[in-house]
Order: sequence, then C-alpha cells, then structure tokens
Amino acid sequence: MSIRERLSGNEASAIAMKQINPDVVAAFPITPSTEIPQYFSTFVSNGVVDTEFVAVESEHSAMSACIGAEAAGGRAMTATSSNGLALMWEMIQIASSLRLPIVMPLVNRAISGPLNIHCDHSDAMAIRDSGWIMLFSENNQEAYDNLLMAHRIGEHKDVMLPVTICQDGFITSHSIENIELLEDDVARKFVGEYKPEHYLLNSKEPISVGPMDLQAYLFEHKYQEANAMRNAKNVILEISKEFEKLTGRSYSLFEQYKLEDAEVAIVCMNSTAGTTKVVVDELRNKGIKVGLLKIRVYRPFPAEEIAKALSNVKAIAVLDRADSLNACGGALFTDVTSGMFVNNVQIPTVNYIYGIGGRDTTSKDIEGVYSDLMEIAKTGKVDNPYRYFGLKS
Amino acid sequence: MTKINKESPWQDLTPGGTMYDAGNSLEFKTGDWRSVKPVYIEEKCKQCGLCFPVCPENAIPVNKEQKREDFNYDYCKGCGICANVCPFDAIEMKEE
Amino acid sequence: MAYNLKEIVANKPPVFVSGHRMCAGCGAPVVSRMIMRALKEGDHAVVSNATGCMEVSTCIYPYNSWNCSYIHTAFECAAATCSGAEAAYKALKRKGKIKEDEHTKFITFGGDGGTYDIGLQSLSGAMERGHDMTYVCYDNGAYMNTGIQRSSATPHFADTTTSPAGEVIPGKMQVRKDLTQVLASHHIPYVAQTAAIMNFKDLYEKSEKAIYTEGPTFLNVLAPCPRGWGYPTDELMKINKLAVDTCYWPLYEVVDGKYKITYKPAKKLPIEEFLRPQRRFKHMFKPGNEWMIEEFQKEVDKRWEELLALEAMSEKSLMNNE
Repeated sequence: MSIRERLSGNEASAIAMKQINPDVVAAFPITPSTEIPQYFSTFVSNGVVDTEFVAVESEHSAMSACIGAEAAGGRAMTATSSNGLALMWEMIQIASSLRLPIVMPLVNRAISGPLNIHCDHSDAMAIRDSGWIMLFSENNQEAYDNLLMAHRIGEHKDVMLPVTICQDGFITSHSIENIELLEDDVARKFVGEYKPEHYLLNSKEPISVGPMDLQAYLFEHKYQEANAMRNAKNVILEISKEFEKLTGRSYSLFEQYKLEDAEVAIVCMNSTAGTTKVVVDELRNKGIKVGLLKIRVYRPFPAEEIAKALSNVKAIAVLDRADSLNACGGALFTDVTSGMFVNNVQIPTVNYIYGIGGRDTTSKDIEGVYSDLMEIAKTGKVDNPYRYFGLKS
Repeated sequence: MTKINKESPWQDLTPGGTMYDAGNSLEFKTGDWRSVKPVYIEEKCKQCGLCFPVCPENAIPVNKEQKREDFNYDYCKGCGICANVCPFDAIEMKEE
Repeated sequence: MAYNLKEIVANKPPVFVSGHRMCAGCGAPVVSRMIMRALKEGDHAVVSNATGCMEVSTCIYPYNSWNCSYIHTAFECAAATCSGAEAAYKALKRKGKIKEDEHTKFITFGGDGGTYDIGLQSLSGAMERGHDMTYVCYDNGAYMNTGIQRSSATPHFADTTTSPAGEVIPGKMQVRKDLTQVLASHHIPYVAQTAAIMNFKDLYEKSEKAIYTEGPTFLNVLAPCPRGWGYPTDELMKINKLAVDTCYWPLYEVVDGKYKITYKPAKKLPIEEFLRPQRRFKHMFKPGNEWMIEEFQKEVDKRWEELLALEAMSEKSLMNNE
C-alpha cells in the first residue's frame, strides 16, 4: 500500500533518506538544500533512524566524512547546493575515483558570483564529468523515487560509483505537491542492505584506500571508472524496472512526452519539463505537433538513445539552465548535438540558455521556443544556434 | 606476493586502487638506496636498546629474547642514525 | 605497567612496516612507527593520512606499508575523513554489524602543512565534534613533500624555498604558530607535544594515552627532516634532543585542561645549540645577524615561561580541588 501525502521536494528527499536509514549523514547547511539535513537530524534526534549524523564544519568536510564512512563500510549520504558543491569539488572527484557509492541529493542553485540563492544548473554542470551518476527530477515524486533507486544503482558490483539526485532549488525543493510514498518497510526492503566486499573496518582484511597512483596505473584505473559509467546505463534500467514493478511508476533514461509523431522537440531537465508538458498539451490541442524529451539520466549520458529518439523531428531546441560561457553553447546542448552527430542524426538544433539565477520560466517562454522551432522546421535554417530566452534586452 | 605490476592490464587492477594485502611493501626492497652501510660488531654490543627504535626502516630486528640481531639490509637505507646513537661503537658505517 | 621498550619491540609486530620510500634518515617514520606500537594487540586501526611525504611514500600502488586499514583522500581533510570512518564505526556497532568485543582505533597522521595550515579547519571541526580519534601531526616545519616551502609551523628566520634568506629579507619573518596551544583551546580530553628522545618513553606513553583516551585527542610530534633542515642524516636523535633541551620544543601534555611539562631539561641550553647544526639557520650566524638569534631566544624564553606558568596554574587548581 502506498501512502498519499503532500510534501515539498526537500521533505520528500528527507523521507527517502529516513527510509534508506543510512549509516552516516554528514552535511552542512546551504540554501536551498538545508532543509534536508534539518529534517533528517530530527529523525536522528527522535531515534527514528540508526544513522550517525555528523554536523561538519564545511561541505568539503561533509564529502570527506562521507568518503571515510563509505570506505569504512557504511552507507553515507549528504545533501548540498551551489557553492557547497563547489567547495566539495575536490572530494567529488575522489569519491568517484575511489569507487565509493555515496548518494547525495543536489538541490540545484546558481553558483556564485555574484551571490544568488535561486535555481539554475550551474552547480550540477560543474561536476558533470566527475564520475558521478547524475539523475534529474522533474518534481518531488521523482526526487523521492530517484533517491530510493540511487543506492541500488551506485552499489551495483558493475558500477560502484556515487550518485547525485538533482532537483530544482525552491521551484520543487520548496513547493508542496502531492506525492505517493512507499511504506517504510517496503522502501527499506527495496533498498536492501549494503554489503561491501572490502572495507576499512574489516579487521580480518585490513585494506589501504587512496594510494599514490602513478603513470603505470592511473590510466587503467580511470578506464575501469569509465567502464563502470558505461555499465551504469543498463543497471539503471534494470533497477528502474524493478521499481516499476513495485510502484507502477515507470522510469527510463529519459522521458518521451508526445515525441513519437512530433515535428519539433524540446530537450530539457528538471522542473522546466513540467512547464513544457503543459505547453505541449496546449499546442497539441491546437493541432500543432510538438514533443518533449526530458532527460532523467544525465550521467551516464544516453547519447545514442537520445539521438535515436530525436531522429524523426524536424527541429530541436535544447534548453540549458546554465551558460557554459564558452561562446558556443550550454553543456546539455553540446552533449545532445555531439550525440546526434556521431550517430548520424542531422537535424537543425538550437540552444537556449534560460532561467539563470532563478529567472522565471513561463509557459509563454516555452511557447516562444516552439514557435521558433516551427519556423526552423519550415525553413530548415538556423541563423543563431546559441540563444537566450527570458533575458531582458 | 602482490600479483599486480607495471605490465598488468586494466582488468587485473583493483578498483579505485584499493589494496587488500596490508603491509605488502615488505616486498619492496629499499636496500639499494644505500651508499654507506652499517656494520654490526656484535662483540662490542651491550644490547642497550638505543639503536633499534631510531631506525626509520625498522631494519634492526629484535628477537623474542629482546636482543637485537644483525641488520636487515633489504631495507636499510644507510642513514647512519643507529651508528650515531650507539654509545659502544658497536656499529660502524662503511662505504658500500 | 612499567615502560619496557625492548619488550614492546620484541613482542609487538610493527604496524608501520619496512619497504616504505621516505628519505634515508627521515624523522617521521621513526615517530609514526612508535606511535602505532602503542596500539594494543588485537585492536584494529584505521589510519587516515593527509597528502604529504608520509602518504606518498607509504602507499604507492600496488604497495602499502600499513599492517592496518589505511585511507588517504586529500591534503586538507584527513581529520574529516577519519571522523567519517569513526561515525560509520559507531553506526555499524549500534546496528550490531560489528561485534561488541571488536575494537577499532582511529588515528590520523598529517604533516605540519596538512595540519597547521590547509587542514586546520578540518582538524578543528573533527576535534570539536568529539569523535573518538587521535590526530597526530608529524611536524617537520615546512612543506617538505613539495620541496621545502614555508608553513605556519616553520620557525622564525628559517631559510625555505618560499622564505629564502635573501639580501633584504633574511628568511621567514614570522614566528611559528603554536598549534599545540590552539588544540588545547579546544578543551578536548588530551593534548600533548612530544618528540623521540632517549628510549622513546615520552613518545610511547603519550601515544598510548592519546589512542586510549576516549574522545578526540591530539599529538604534536617533532619530526626532523634532514633535507629540509640541512643536517647530516645520522644526527636525528641529536637534533631531537637539542630541540627539547633548548626548550624550542617543550614536551608536555594537557590532560582535561591541566598542563604538565613531562620533561624539564636539567640545564636549559641556549638556542644557538639547536640552530647551529642546521643549514636553514646558517645565515643567522653571519656577523651582524646576532639580533636574529637574540630575537629567536626571546621568543623561546617567552613561550617556555608561559608554559611554566600554565603548569603552575594547573598544579594550583589541582591542589584546590583536592
């Protein structure tokens, strides 16, 4: 039996963590993810979980403590946003390279500067090539579901990589929506026990973690890591199937919303997909064939599958909620277009940078994108592939 | 003996570089770093116990009878700290 | 039980083994091996190590010199890493996944760069949070691993590669940070400063206390570096002895806030005795630079007096409590 509730995205994440009952949570407050450790420490204080809560003095220490805890043989979690993630950056690389399946909700917020506490994806994009599995969540339900699947994915013997679950700061982290929760024991059973093969606390087999890894070895270790990331794709699909059996909620590498017969398509992530779905429905009512491809699994990046799913449209817009400041387009745009190129899918594609620093993304904005796409579909011409919407000009 | 060496293919390396055989640097001999070598003169040794704790390499074995034995040249790097602390001239440093 | 070095060495296999690649004559393995010998037989240990000389020479894939579990993550976060492992231990014990009668001790090693400077926040945080762990700083007074750059532990006037003794600026112009005092101010159960002298009694006993006192404990251990300090490799023990006999490196402990000086030199030697054998202080002995030695001496005297006063205060308060 599932439980119907009304929760914010942060509450949903904290409840998932309660059900996971990790061994160690080490976290530091930062807007807008602060609520997650806040709610969670209440569970600790009230004895609802068995977790050791480590109120560290920085995010750098949060990730360091998670690494220590996970290497020791425990399940370790943290949560962060923005500059917190930036401060962790060094340890983010170390967590994945030591092959420690730490799980971290990441409540997306603009990275300074200037200082801004609102949503964009500049934090997530700064760790996109760090060996972390990155799942994006449209709403509180997805944030919750993804979090329950995260340990199963990361801890899989073919993977052994950390996992981050992204959701949009304030937009979903602080809005209360309906949600279906699993019962605690059902969730706990699905997540299962963590049984690492080698761990620091095993006195019968002492181990050394984190060596100096010189020219003769680092290349091969990185190759193993890259392989694990490749393996993750199938593991994610496997675990998602199992989750669907349990909940009826279906997840894949990405969601195709009315894409099958669409003439034009938007590719985006997180809450903007919700807004886009509304616009798709409205335009479809008017007989305009538009569709959406919502990325769920950003790392590993399902390039081939995306290229295939988009191969029948006439024009594509990729929406990036972070500018790469590289004079040629956002990160998602680069990923999607390079995926298309190597898979021989040649379709006019444009990039829109939007929603920076929490700038509202309205249905009007999305309508504007579709209208641009229809024009491109008609002419087959893209005069400027690197565009903005919502920018005051 | 560790099976991993510089020619090992990626399939043979342990994930993340984690090592499961604790203390296996015993297989790594550092004795060839030495340019001078301590020589133990047993007759002069009074077993005072000053030399063995000062060895950075743990190259002065102490047996169960709590007596020092001859140097373990597999690891001795020839720093000479032992000879310097010996009050009885029972350790002499000689060119290799 | 009375301290018996021969018995300890004869009966306890070393935790920190041979085959490491620290320089010949390095002071760090000498003290670290003895610290690890304080571990009781049958107890497991998790050692966390900051990036530095010790880490890059004791854990080079596929070899490691640790007969216990060992983890290195990065330069500034050895304490935080250790605190995470300790937290997992608590949680796993609570869940019954680790047996009640199984004991693991948590020990962190960092050089002075990784402790006084870049790792200070992580250390302070871990100590304040009260983890049951021991942090050991092996203090060699500079960033030796990267080639002798000054740290906040570098003594006044020392010639390093980033505080070179030049025509205008004669070495490091600042006095060294007193980290042991900083840690004492954390009001943790045990803080000690020690060095390897004579039969290592001071070092061993403090290590035992630090490892087996419940809660966060801190050891600051002098670890001379022949290359960085500029003295012949065989003179380690002489340099250690001069450091304590000049009161440059006093041996003391702070137990629950009470100071006790554990070694008082019968005759406090002038600081020149410690400075002269070291190349890093060579410029201080040039004619006209006498003022540098005088200033150095003044600082040593001031700190020694302060320490004596702290000890006297502690004795007084102990008497009042009785």
